Amino acid sequence: MSRVLPRARSGTWYVVMGFVARFFVNLALLTFSVFCLVPFMVVISASLSTEAAIGKYGYTIFPKEFSALAYQIIFRDASRVMRSYGVSTVVTVAGASAGMLVMSLMAYALSRKQFQLRQGISFYIFFTMLFSGGLVPSYILITQYLGMKNTLWVLIVPGLMSGWYVLVLRTFFQDIPEELLDAAKMDGAGEWRIFFQIAVPLSTPGLATIALFTMLGYWNDFYTALLYIEKQELYPIQYLLWVILQSAEWLQRTEQAQLMSQALRVPALPMRMAMAALAIGPIAFGYLFVQKYFIRGIRLGSLKG
Amino acid sequence: MPWTTTQEAPLSDAQATAPDRTRAAVLSASRMTSSDRLRRWLRNNGAPLLMSLPGMLHLLIFAYIPMFGIIIAFKRYRFDQGIFGSEWIGLYNFKFLFSSAVAARITRNTVGYHFLFMITGMFASLCIALLMNEVQGTLRARFYQSAMFLPHFISYVIVTYFVFAFLNLETGMLNRILARFGVDPIRWYGEARYWPGILTVVQIWKGTGYGSILYLAVMLGISPEYYEAAKIDGANKLQQIWHITLPMLVPIIVIQVLLSMGSMFRANFGLFFNVPMNRTALYPTTDVIDTFVYRALLQMGDMGMSAAAGVYQSVVGFVLVLLSNWAVRRVDPERALF
Repeated sequence: MSRVLPRARSGTWYVVMGFVARFFVNLALLTFSVFCLVPFMVVISASLSTEAAIGKYGYTIFPKEFSALAYQIIFRDASRVMRSYGVSTVVTVAGASAGMLVMSLMAYALSRKQFQLRQGISFYIFFTMLFSGGLVPSYILITQYLGMKNTLWVLIVPGLMSGWYVLVLRTFFQDIPEELLDAAKMDGAGEWRIFFQIAVPLSTPGLATIALFTMLGYWNDFYTALLYIEKQELYPIQYLLWVILQSAEWLQRTEQAQLMSQALRVPALPMRMAMAALAIGPIAFGYLFVQKYFIRGIRLGSLKG
Repeated sequence: MPWTTTQEAPLSDAQATAPDRTRAAVLSASRMTSSDRLRRWLRNNGAPLLMSLPGMLHLLIFAYIPMFGIIIAFKRYRFDQGIFGSEWIGLYNFKFLFSSAVAARITRNTVGYHFLFMITGMFASLCIALLMNEVQGTLRARFYQSAMFLPHFISYVIVTYFVFAFLNLETGMLNRILARFGVDPIRWYGEARYWPGILTVVQIWKGTGYGSILYLAVMLGISPEYYEAAKIDGANKLQQIWHITLPMLVPIIVIQVLLSMGSMFRANFGLFFNVPMNRTALYPTTDVIDTFVYRALLQMGDMGMSAAAGVYQSVVGFVLVLLSNWAVRRVDPERALF
């Protein structure tokens, strides 16, 4: 016990400093968390305000004059808005289901050591991540040769595959102990059955994470519609929101439009914000639902990626 | 190494299958017919091949076929003549692009923002990860994490609504706050010089929580023994961070910087097109290659120029990925892409 420790200060000093340090750590994290959440609060607050209150006080974190009129109008009368939600929902569900099936099948196949073409196919996928033809060739292919412009297909099909997700999914399947799969094979199960009954259930966190990202990709996609959709009945919600923000800006500047919106008593600003809030809703809900899997999934993915 | 299997290096494939090949050769030499061999091959490879086919077909159509479409940049494309019928014009489109002031502007903006976002984003993510590391496992940590992650999932259209609520001239929050201090309202959407700052704040808001995950994961992997030893030696928390945590993070930071070099020529279309609301007045600081390619194609209707800019981006981008990978391989072969 002859070791000499540098003890410059007493024990209580350390306890107090530890407390102060923890306080500042939490203060910093809390501040950043609030910074992340404020925009959400502003938009929700605006959607629950009256038009006049926004004009008078500007955008605020809490509504100054409460009104749910914007939501009432959307749910009762705005069939255009509801239709866009419908388009986005169909595209998200169909795209993510088909995409997950295609990608996880491919990833599983590439995780099988017996598969002699796996290196070649992996490179075939990988190369698409290194080099791309750019926008113009894809645009010509989709509009001139595949005739997909102004169809629901264009919103679903080109986004089905992501090479990166396939390669990440493959690492999840590679984690399954080989003996388990071989044992199933000994018992006479085919590859398809092993995939659906063993590989998929054992890779739930990884699959859930990638599924969430794929769904988000479809739900948040506005680029595809910007390029290929002109028919209003096929607008996904994100594209509709973009068009409305652009046109409302333009409308605001014309006097006639202002008179018209006053005459119709439609709360233009709260309406827009209510639509934005409704577009966030499913994301926030889905995120809370899968968060548990999700953080585990990304940690795995980011360490291996 | 995303495209190779984690267990084996790419080259070892030939060696791995060599015994199989010799065995097959011996068998076929004795009494295997070619249909036997095919059946044997299919038993092992048939199902995986079938499972890969839909994905391969998708990539063929939506990734590989467009790659050959880069020839459009060397043609005067006309819809009625198609890709093959259109007239070859050599490098005309490129000459046209690079003789305009636009090429320099979009290149500068694309590369400039890349570095700006990389440095600020990495710094913010590291700070948050260091702080989060101190509160690991508490209920508060879960709240912070949920709050900081949420922006990552929001589309840039919604982000545009957020930014609009803060910055618009009459009702925007920022101008109202400035008014309280007697500052005249600022035309945020009319002046290009504010936008590098605005876009950086947006990126930090959106990406920091998600970006911190990687660093946090590395920190969790640091053996507690290092910290215990340091404590015995009398090191305080800051000294521990400086002498243990940060040095342990250096390799991953170096790799992240090098890997990101590969995407220097790619900009985030959603950010640069949506958030400044495609305002002409803001182009000097918000126009990047990706937004220019879109505008040239669909708003200016100049397919040749758009295709040329696209090829410029693809080719330089490809070279950059190769260079970045070469650099990563020199530092840490395990983390190289190929």
